[in-house]
Amino acid sequence: MTPSTIELLTSAEDRRIAGLAAAAIGLTLAEAAIPLPIPGIKPGLANIVTLVVLYRYGWRTAAWVAGLRIVAGALALGQFLTPAFMLSLAGGATSLAVLAAAMHLPPRWFGPVALSLLAAFAHIGAQLWVVDVWLLPGASILGLLPLFLAAAWITGLANGLATGYLLKSNPQPEEDFP
Amino acid sequence: MKVLRVPSARPIHPASSGYPSLRLGDWLLAGIGLVLIVALWMRQSGSLDGHVIIRLNGQIFQQASLRLNRDIEVLGPLGVSRIEIRAGRVRIAADPSPRQLCVRQGWIPPGGAAVCLPNRVSVENAAAGYDTLNY
Repeated sequence: MTPSTIELLTSAEDRRIAGLAAAAIGLTLAEAAIPLPIPGIKPGLANIVTLVVLYRYGWRTAAWVAGLRIVAGALALGQFLTPAFMLSLAGGATSLAVLAAAMHLPPRWFGPVALSLLAAFAHIGAQLWVVDVWLLPGASILGLLPLFLAAAWITGLANGLATGYLLKSNPQPEEDFP
Repeated sequence: MKVLRVPSARPIHPASSGYPSLRLGDWLLAGIGLVLIVALWMRQSGSLDGHVIIRLNGQIFQQASLRLNRDIEVLGPLGVSRIEIRAGRVRIAADPSPRQLCVRQGWIPPGGAAVCLPNRVSVENAAAGYDTLNY
């Protein structure tokens, strides 16, 4: 076998982002296999990865990981450029924007649970907005708002607690993605 | 193969050590969120209840809840129409119109309406409006 002549030059950060994004994509795919009673409500486990990355490596890396997860996850599930992808993108972009502001809250009082809750509310808010103006204009989405907010509250809390646990139990992150 | 050493990650926050996993702001945000959800839910469930809209001459004469059993009398040009609300249903029990079309219609289904044209009275069973589950 001839050795490949194509060599991709990757920086250490590239490999780190790729490894973390792979973890997030894995969670997205695993989550897609879970049957859920109501369309539109899912745990959003990949957001745990986003939050851990935000705490460990900063917002830029977190945005890369979340963006790669949204695009690659949609490609793997055959949802790329479908309405489901657009919803995922809108939710992801909005929660990242909210996290960019929320990460400057004083850590003495606001931990991963607060960030996760804010991100979850931003996520579902943006998605309902997209549904309202683009996918189902005229349908009264507002009637479903309490249901979706309640789901966001539960998943936001659970993901925040998981993030806190991961950060605590794993104080020294794995550094190498060779 | 040579493994590159990555300079160690620097956490932006003193991530976890020192602070409890649920801090004051966390409790506060979770509490505010919960109160907001419950409040929205209560408001919503009230507005999703069916209600009855009674019109006289095309103008809203009265709105009534379907939950309260009662008789409502409306005085139209021909006389009194009596509207009966019983056990979450509504019908026109009596009407002076000659052909009794609206009375014979019986209990009005959710989303339906009965019109007593001669007496200029209409009763609408306004069910919870459309939501996405209808699509």
